[in-house]
Amino acid sequence: MRTITRHPIARKLAEAALTLLGVAVLVFVMLRATRGDQISATLGIEAAALTPAQRAALEAYYGLDQPLVVQFFSWLGNVVTGNLGYSSRSRQSVLEMTADSLPITFELAVLSIIIGLLIGVPLGMLSASRANSLRDAFGQTVGLAGLSIPAFLLGSTMLALSASMLGYNPNARGFASFAEDPWLNLQQMLMPALVLGFGLAAPIMRTARSALLEVRSMDFVRTARSKGAGPVRVQLKHVLHNALVPIVTMTGLQFGYLLGGAVVVEQIFSIPGIGRQVLIGIQQKEYAVVQSTVLVIALSFVIINLLTDLLYRVIDPRVRAQ
Amino acid sequence: MTFRPSRKRAGLAILAGPAALALMVTGCSSANEPDPQSTSGSGTLVAAITADPDTLFPWKATQFQAVNVLENIYGTLTQFDDELNVVPGLAEKWEPSEDGTQVTLTLRDGVTFHDGSEFDADDVKHSLDLIRDEATAAVAAASIGSVTDVEVVDPLTVTLTLSAPDAGLMANLANVNVAMLSSDDTEEDLNTEPNGTGAFVYVDRTPNQSIKLEANEDYWGDAASLSSLEFRIIADETSIVSALQSGDVQFAVLNDPLVAKTAEGSGISVVGTPQLSYHALQLNATKGALTDVNVRLAMQCAIDRQQVLDTAALGEGEVTGPITSPAFKSDPEARPCPERDLDKAKEYLAKAGMADGVTVKTIVSQGSYATSVNEAQNLQAQLAEAGITLDLEVLEAGAYVDRWIAADFEAAVALNGGRPDPDGMYGRYFPSTGNLNQVAGYNSPELDALFAEGKATMDADERKSIYDEISQHLEDNAAWIWLFTSYTYTATTDTVDGFTPMANGSLQNLRSTTVSN
Repeated sequence: MRTITRHPIARKLAEAALTLLGVAVLVFVMLRATRGDQISATLGIEAAALTPAQRAALEAYYGLDQPLVVQFFSWLGNVVTGNLGYSSRSRQSVLEMTADSLPITFELAVLSIIIGLLIGVPLGMLSASRANSLRDAFGQTVGLAGLSIPAFLLGSTMLALSASMLGYNPNARGFASFAEDPWLNLQQMLMPALVLGFGLAAPIMRTARSALLEVRSMDFVRTARSKGAGPVRVQLKHVLHNALVPIVTMTGLQFGYLLGGAVVVEQIFSIPGIGRQVLIGIQQKEYAVVQSTVLVIALSFVIINLLTDLLYRVIDPRVRAQ
Repeated sequence: MTFRPSRKRAGLAILAGPAALALMVTGCSSANEPDPQSTSGSGTLVAAITADPDTLFPWKATQFQAVNVLENIYGTLTQFDDELNVVPGLAEKWEPSEDGTQVTLTLRDGVTFHDGSEFDADDVKHSLDLIRDEATAAVAAASIGSVTDVEVVDPLTVTLTLSAPDAGLMANLANVNVAMLSSDDTEEDLNTEPNGTGAFVYVDRTPNQSIKLEANEDYWGDAASLSSLEFRIIADETSIVSALQSGDVQFAVLNDPLVAKTAEGSGISVVGTPQLSYHALQLNATKGALTDVNVRLAMQCAIDRQQVLDTAALGEGEVTGPITSPAFKSDPEARPCPERDLDKAKEYLAKAGMADGVTVKTIVSQGSYATSVNEAQNLQAQLAEAGITLDLEVLEAGAYVDRWIAADFEAAVALNGGRPDPDGMYGRYFPSTGNLNQVAGYNSPELDALFAEGKATMDADERKSIYDEISQHLEDNAAWIWLFTSYTYTATTDTVDGFTPMANGSLQNLRSTTVSN
C-alpha cells in the first residue's frame, strides 16, 4: 500500500482527483453565492410577477426546491456515473453538449498553439540572436503588440475588414464541424486561431528568447562550435533543443488555458466551443451545465499538465534519470 | 554574449520558413470568393439574433429573441397591426355583452396546427384554462386575470366570463405569451417540437447556433413570401454587421446605436424605429429619502432628459413621459419640471429638509443593454450639481434582475418593456394590487381609482383622458423619472424587401418579407 502511494504516478492521480473535487466544491458554492437563479435568468423581470404558487412550481421544475447538500451530492454522484446533467434550455444532456463543443475548442487550441509557435519561436530566435540589437527590439515590439492588443479588438477588426473589403466571412455561414465540412471548418477556424495565436506568440517568444540566451552562453555550445558544427546545426540541435523545456512548459500551460475556452474570440467568431457553453450556462444560471463543464475543463487542464510532465522526459534525458 | 556574422543568416533562414507559410495561408484565404452556396436568394432569409431563445414554450417566453422567433410560429386570438391596433387573429370577431362582463369570440374556420390537427374552441378553453392555472407558471396569467371562466359554446364559439369589464383584455390576448396551443400537446412536447398555427413551421434547431423554419402552406392568412427562414445566433452585434456586409446574413435587429451608425456607413440599409420600451430612473418611494415626494421632485427637476439621451444614446431617441404607446402617448412636457431647473430642485430639497444633500443608492445593470452605464453616469453627474449623490452599484445582468425583482434598491436605472395598451403597460406596476407594485414602489388611492376606471371604460376617447390623468399623477408625484424611448434598428442587405418594423419590436412582418438574389 505504502509503495503505491509513493509511486509518482499514483501520487499525481491522487492530487488530480483532489484538485477536481476542490474545483467541484468551489464552482458549486460560487454559483449559488451569486444572486439570481434559473427562474430569474429565464423570466427576467417578469419573475417579479410570479405568485408564490407559480414560483413553487418552477422551483420544483428546475430542481431548486432540494436542499443544497442534496443538490451537490446528487450532481456529483451523477457525474461519477457519467451523467453530467441536462440543459433544459438546449434540450440536450451536458454530455452531448460537451461532446460537441470540446473537440471544437480542442481543434481551435491546437491551431492557435501551432500559429503561436510558428510566430513565437522564430521571433524569439531572432531576438536572441543579438540581444539588445535592432532585431531584438523588433522581436520584442511584435511580442509586446501580441500581449497588448486585446483579442476582441484584433478579432473584430479582422472580421470587419475581411467582410467589408473582401466580402469574405466564413464565420457567418453557420458553424460547420470538421467532420461535416473540413474546408469550411478550417476557414472558420483560421481567423480565430490567428487572433489567439498572435496573443500566444508573445509569452512563447519571451520564454524562447530568455531560454535561448541562457543556453547560448553555456560551454557546450562553444564546444560544439569548436568541434566544427555548422551554425544551423548549432542553433537547432544544440541551442534550441536545450532551450525546449521552458518553451514546452509555457506552451503546455497556454494550451491548458485555451481548453478553458477563449470566450471572447468564440463570441466574436460564433465558434460554439466550450467557453461559450460555460458563458451561456452562467448567463442562464443552468447550474448543472456550468458545474459539469467547468469540471470537464479542469480535467482537461490536469491531463494536459500530466502530458507536459511526460513530455519533459522525452525531451530531456536528465528528467528521466531523476 | 558574442555574435558572429555567420549565425545571422541561419537565424533569418529559420524565420523565413514560417513567415512564408503564414503569408501563403493568409494569401490563400483572402483570395477566397464568398461561397456561392451561401443562403442568400431562393426565398431563404437568414436573420441574425444575438442569443439563442432560452425556451421554445410560448407561455414562458420573455426573452426578446425567444418572443421574436415564437411569434412567427404561434398564433394568438387577436393580434396587432403595424400601428399596434388590435385586429382579429385566430378569433375572427368578438362581441362584449351589454354589461361588459362577458365576451363572445367567434373563431376562424379551417385553421389547422402545423401537425395537421384542427384548431377549435376546445383548444382555446384548454389554453386559457392552463395559462390561468398557477401550476403552469405562465407569465401571462395575471394579464388575463379578469377571465373567470371559459365556456365552449360550439366548435367555433367561446364565451369568456369576466370578473369585471376589461378594456385591455383584447390587447393582452395578442401577446405570444397567450398563444393558442393544441389541447393534444404538452409543455414537454412543445419544448422540443413547437406546434403552432403561425405563418412559419418549426423545422429544426442546433442549440446556440440556429433555428430553421419554413413557410406554413396552410396558414390562414396570406402565406409567407419566403420559403424558409433561419434565425442564426451571432452573439456580437459588430459581428452581425460583418455578416450582413458579406451577405451571409440578410436581416438583423440591432440595439446599440453606435453599432447601427457604423453599419449605416457601410452600405447596409438601417431603419430606426421608435420603441414602446422606455428608459427610466425607477424610484422606490418606500425606501430611504425617496419616501419624501419633494426629494423625488428635486431629482426630476435636476435632470435634463435630452442630455441623458444625447450622452448615452447619441441622441437616438425621444424624451418621453410614462405612456409610450402611440394611441395613449403622454405629453413629455406635462410635469412639474418640463425643463431642467436646478433652483427649483434645490427648493424641493430644502422643503424636504435636505438642503445639505442626499444620497440615493442606485442599481445599474451592465451588459443587458448598451447604454445603461452611460445613462447612470450622466444622471449621476447631473444630480450631483443639485447636491444629490447617486451611489451607483453596477451589477452583472443576472444580479441586477435579482435585486430588481426583490425591490431591493432605492433607485434603478432601467429599460422596461412597453405595451400597446396602457393598462397592460402599467396596470401591473402602479395599482396597489398590481403584481409588480412592490417593485414600482409607489401607489395611491387616486391611482387605484383611475386604473379601475380605465379598465372599465370601453370608449377610446374617454380612456385616453383617464390615462392622461394617470400619467399626470405619476409625473406630479415623480413616482419614477421617465427619461427617453430609444430606437431599434432594422438592418438589411439590399436583397431584402417588404419588412415593416413595429414599435413593440415584433418581427411578425417577416411573413410579408421577400428576399431576392
